This record gives sequence, C-alpha cells and structure tokens, in this order.
Amino acid sequence: MKDIFRGELVRLTVESPETIAKAQARWFRDSELLRLAESDPAYMWSEKNRKEWVEKQDGQDAKNFRFCIRTLSDDKLIGEVSIHPQWVDADAWVGIGLGERDYWGRGYGTDAMRLILQYGFVELNLHRISLGLHSYNERALKSYEKAGFKVEGVMRQDTFREGRRTDGIYMGILRDEWLTMQGETA
Amino acid sequence: MLNIQTQLFEGQDVRLGPIDHEAHPDIESKWTHDAEFMRLMERKPVRPLSPAQVKKEYESIEKRMDEERNLFYFTIRAREDDRLIGKALVQWIDWTNGNGWIQLGIGAAEDRRRGLGSQVMRLLLHFAFAETNLHRVTAMVPEYNEAAIHLLRKFGFTEEVRRREGADRDGRRWDTLTFGLLRSEWVERVKSQE
Repeated sequence: MKDIFRGELVRLTVESPETIAKAQARWFRDSELLRLAESDPAYMWSEKNRKEWVEKQDGQDAKNFRFCIRTLSDDKLIGEVSIHPQWVDADAWVGIGLGERDYWGRGYGTDAMRLILQYGFVELNLHRISLGLHSYNERALKSYEKAGFKVEGVMRQDTFREGRRTDGIYMGILRDEWLTMQGETA
Repeated sequence: MLNIQTQLFEGQDVRLGPIDHEAHPDIESKWTHDAEFMRLMERKPVRPLSPAQVKKEYESIEKRMDEERNLFYFTIRAREDDRLIGKALVQWIDWTNGNGWIQLGIGAAEDRRRGLGSQVMRLLLHFAFAETNLHRVTAMVPEYNEAAIHLLRKFGFTEEVRRREGADRDGRRWDTLTFGLLRSEWVERVKSQE
C-alpha cells in the first residue's frame, strides 16, 4: 500500500507539543499570517500557552487530527494542517496554515491539502469535507480550488478588519468528486 | 430619540424569561422525548434526557454564559400563565466581527403553528441588533426543516451558503443551509413596518 502521508513536495508528521509550540510562537508574530488564517484578533501567544493548547487538542482523540507539514527536500517544518470530523454526518472541517512565508504560493499548501483530503476520504471515510476562508485570501482560494474544493456560498460581511467589512467564503468537496478526480489523475 | 422604555423581552402572546431551575427540567425533559421536535431543534443525534440531566445542562449553559460571555439563552414563556413553551438563543458571538448565531424552538406541539415563533424571532432580532449591537446574525438549518426556512425568509434572511449533502438523516443526505441577516437589512425592515 502507498504511503498516504507522503505527497510530491511535503509529508505529514505528528510532532511533540514542544516542537509545535516553539514553531507557532515564532510564526504567530507574523500578523499577516494570522489575519489570513484566523477571525480572532491577531495576537502573539506565548510558547507555554501554545504547548498547553496543543496538548488539549491532542487529548480530544477522535475530534481533531492534527499534522505538521514538512518539506520532502530538506525536512523543514513549514506549517500545519488539521481535520475535525463531525462523525454523525460524516462531514469534517479542515484548516491549514503555512507559518513559513517563503513557502507561500509555491504549491506546498496545495500538496498538503491533497494529503489531508486523501486522509479524510480513504482513512476517515468521510462523505464530504468543508472549509472557510476570508474573501481577501485569494492565494488560498486558488489553492483550494486546485485541490478540488467548490465554493458553496458566501457569508456576507462576516469579518471586520481595518475598518472594512469583508465576506467569508465557504467551500466543500464531496467524496464522489474526490474519487472522480483521482481517476482523472491516476 | 433614545427609547429605552420599550420592553425588550415582551411580545404580544409570548415573553422571554430566565431559566427556572426548579420548574423547567420536568417540562424540557418531556420535549427531549419528542423525536420530531428534537430532530428539528438539534443537529446532534436525538437523546432523551431525564429532568436531572436537563438540570445539569441548564447549569452548564449558565456557566458558559458567565465564563465565555458569548451566549445569551432565553426561555420562552406564554404571557397568559408564564408557562415554559420554548427556548431562544444567540450563541457563538464573535464580538470582534459582530457576528452571532441564533436558534429558537417551540417545545410543545400544541403551541406550534400559532405564529409564536414569529413573535419570538422579532424579540430575538431586536435583542441581537439593538442591544448586543451585532452587525449580522446567522442561522444554520438543514433543508428538511421547512418551517424554519419559511420563518427565516419571512424575516428577510438571505440564503448564503448551501453545504451540499452536509447532513445525514433517515438514510439520505440533505443540504445544510446558512442564512444571514445584516443589521442594515433589519433596520430597513423595521422602519418600513412602523
């Protein structure tokens, strides 16, 4: 069987809370990253806070599947991706972020997203996978479309930043759509 | 002119009230045994609760309100005798962005289809926009809940997101819909009705 944690540019790993906390505490001093990825006010949490957060998340076994993203070329930790199943409806929310700016817009995130979709559909056996993004995050929109997501709607003016109201975009991919894509690329 | 005389919690036949930890658990326990109500009110699997379990739930709701400060939970009362007939809430309030999620339900079958839901919605929106000052409110509803969709449309909500096949019930998939109403839309609507 193939290695489902290995893509073309990256692989998914699970790392110790210390490693993740250290990376996050550094990444989260980049307000642009936070404003792209989050809706809460950008804020720089301490390494200790992040470690406790990771431990809490990892303690909720079947609710959160969190992975680190490492490059295949030099094994560098560049970001994180996670999937949160809603088991009753076989649906899940995914979130992804590349803390290392040098890797933005170069296909690393898309590759990691493809891996998490594969994990969701062939390992967690989900029916569909969902995500949300800020409408001003055009790079993310392109990446998600490339990975197979379709826009399912827009929540109007759900974010207030720099004195402006902006929209939230919601996307989804169904198991059948993903399977069809695999047939096309195989 | 600033009008603080208008009672926020009083409707024509209904009013909003606090939880009564003594009287309400028995009533709500009965509702949780009504599968039809529960499947329309909740997305999670229906699970009847004993009065003791309901009591615990009330305590945890009030704890959440106290600690997280992003939830307002109301009981709905019949004005004639103050009896409990349902619940209404604004939850997951995102204060930074001015967004909140609303939900309401009339528990007893004999109180449904009497227009009480509309009266509650009017109070709930007034509270959300004029008291908590939200910029928008959101409601999530599966496509099989036609009564809820009808009520939301009647109050000017727009269908914003249709998550395809987002719910699994009775052996088939259903879309789940997200409806949104902006404060400006609510203000226009209220003005036009005055």
